[in-house]
Amino acid sequence: MYKARNGEEIFVIDGHTHFWDGSPANQKNVHGKQFIECFFNYHTGLSPKEELWPKEKFEKYDEKTLYDDLFVKGYVDIAILQPTYLNDFYVNGFNTTEQNSVLKKNHPDRFILNGSFDPRDGTKGIEYLHALKETYDIKGVKLYTAEWKGESKGYKLTDKESYRYLEWCEKLGIKNIHVHKGPTILPLNRDAFDVADVDDVATSFQNLNFIIEHCGLPRLDDFCWIATQETNVYGGLAVAIPFIHSRPAYFAHIISELLYWLGPDKLLFGSDYGIWTPKWIIDKFMAYELPKDVAAETGVKLDLEAKKKILGLNAARLYDIDIAAHKAKFGGEAKKEKALAGGWFR
Amino acid sequence: MKRPSRASNDVRVSDVWRKLGCVTDPELDESVTEMGFVTEVTIGGDGDVAVSFRLPTYWCSPNFAFMMGEDMRAKILELDWVRSARVVLGEHMYVDAINRGVNEGLSFREAFGEEATGNLDELRKTFLNKAFQWRQEALLSHLLNAGAAGSDVVEWTVGKLYDRETTIEAHGLIARYLDRRHIGGAFDDSSLAFVSIDGAPLSAMALPAYLRSIRRLRTNAEFNGALCRRLLVERFSTEPLTGCHS
Repeated sequence: MYKARNGEEIFVIDGHTHFWDGSPANQKNVHGKQFIECFFNYHTGLSPKEELWPKEKFEKYDEKTLYDDLFVKGYVDIAILQPTYLNDFYVNGFNTTEQNSVLKKNHPDRFILNGSFDPRDGTKGIEYLHALKETYDIKGVKLYTAEWKGESKGYKLTDKESYRYLEWCEKLGIKNIHVHKGPTILPLNRDAFDVADVDDVATSFQNLNFIIEHCGLPRLDDFCWIATQETNVYGGLAVAIPFIHSRPAYFAHIISELLYWLGPDKLLFGSDYGIWTPKWIIDKFMAYELPKDVAAETGVKLDLEAKKKILGLNAARLYDIDIAAHKAKFGGEAKKEKALAGGWFR
Repeated sequence: MKRPSRASNDVRVSDVWRKLGCVTDPELDESVTEMGFVTEVTIGGDGDVAVSFRLPTYWCSPNFAFMMGEDMRAKILELDWVRSARVVLGEHMYVDAINRGVNEGLSFREAFGEEATGNLDELRKTFLNKAFQWRQEALLSHLLNAGAAGSDVVEWTVGKLYDRETTIEAHGLIARYLDRRHIGGAFDDSSLAFVSIDGAPLSAMALPAYLRSIRRLRTNAEFNGALCRRLLVERFSTEPLTGCHS
């Protein structure tokens, strides 16, 4: 919960978090090593100096670190865990639903556990999707259309097999489809950032929501255009939002483009934890005002109402979260924790 | 036939850097030397040029890496004293396929075999179109901010753009735009300076909306450029080199 200057309590859902193991012990090959190093470069490149982690901590952090960074220090009320399997790079996978499920088990009210599918897995993959639903009651999946798999160097949502999986998602009530369209994981000549396939499936699957993670950032221009036309397409702000610190002028342009084309009801906050921690991002985001010239040019507003929607209300709507009930519960818990910890918890 | 040249090695090295400076990263529309991608130019006694380059991540799209490699090699080969040119990418997932393909003059598909399902011509065209719009928007916005009237600007000819007395900044923007003006159709000094991507004249009334719609293209490219610069610095623990090598 973030307390705004006017005293209002703002419910925060972090739409993009991970609990990964990128440690050398888990790396299968040079790709695994390069992958976590690339993530670390994002971390060091865009974090404020005082928020930097040592590399070893970044490679593998424990449950308590994550819990404290998100819920104790970071204002987050509920976090959505997005898996990234990468079984070709890591012995036990990088950040699988199974790994993440430990957090969900220990703190059921704090986490939304998402699954994943890969349409190239055929019937076996459909069975796995069923198993994820039965075991964890997942309401969303995270997809990497650019992921390397054997001979295949990526897929499109419009592939026949993808349709089959999306039909199953619809039937099973897995209604939130998070699609990574952002900084690259192994794209080849297929343009992995191409968002055109989203346009097509968003029209075909009106009961599903498509949350485009990183707003298709290498192709923000194309994404804005598509999202404008489809009512069930959303933008996830992970990777875009840390620019608020290192390049505030770019952030102004990006957020105003998104507000102009998509509007404040279609954007979801995400820290991309552990690449970045939510506290400093939220502090800066709440203090942020659009430069006058940018606001005048686009006619958009990033006021408290818009910020509340982006930080939590939009994700709550997609995941059917009863904010009042959670507020009451977390309020009680916080008091109890405070008493137990002798006032250490705020 | 290549004529022997008495140019000193230093002059030749700066010739090569100048040529490389004309090659852009298609996604960013920025020069590969400005971005700090090119790390080394060496020249053998007989005009054998070797260039090394690097990218911000191990995963940077091989298709764009391939295009940059091809373009760099082609540019160097335009110099009349050059006997051979070898362009080598380092620290990338696909170094072998890219380096072999670029230096043996293979197509992307030939270089990547089964992994590739097409060639790069269409992608190249898409990004040339974007670059046309990026550069046009940058120049138009600059001119309007400097006080030019939209109703005048849409009627300016290419010749008028050349003739105007301008600042150094405007001069740079004009040169960059005119370098891509052909995307909107063949032109000479009497052609309209500003046309749509299809070559149609712009309307003064619709100009603000038109600029609005192409501005997001430039925002996006600038964002990508900023991200790539940061990642390059972090990856190689170095500030990017600049284009000044002469």
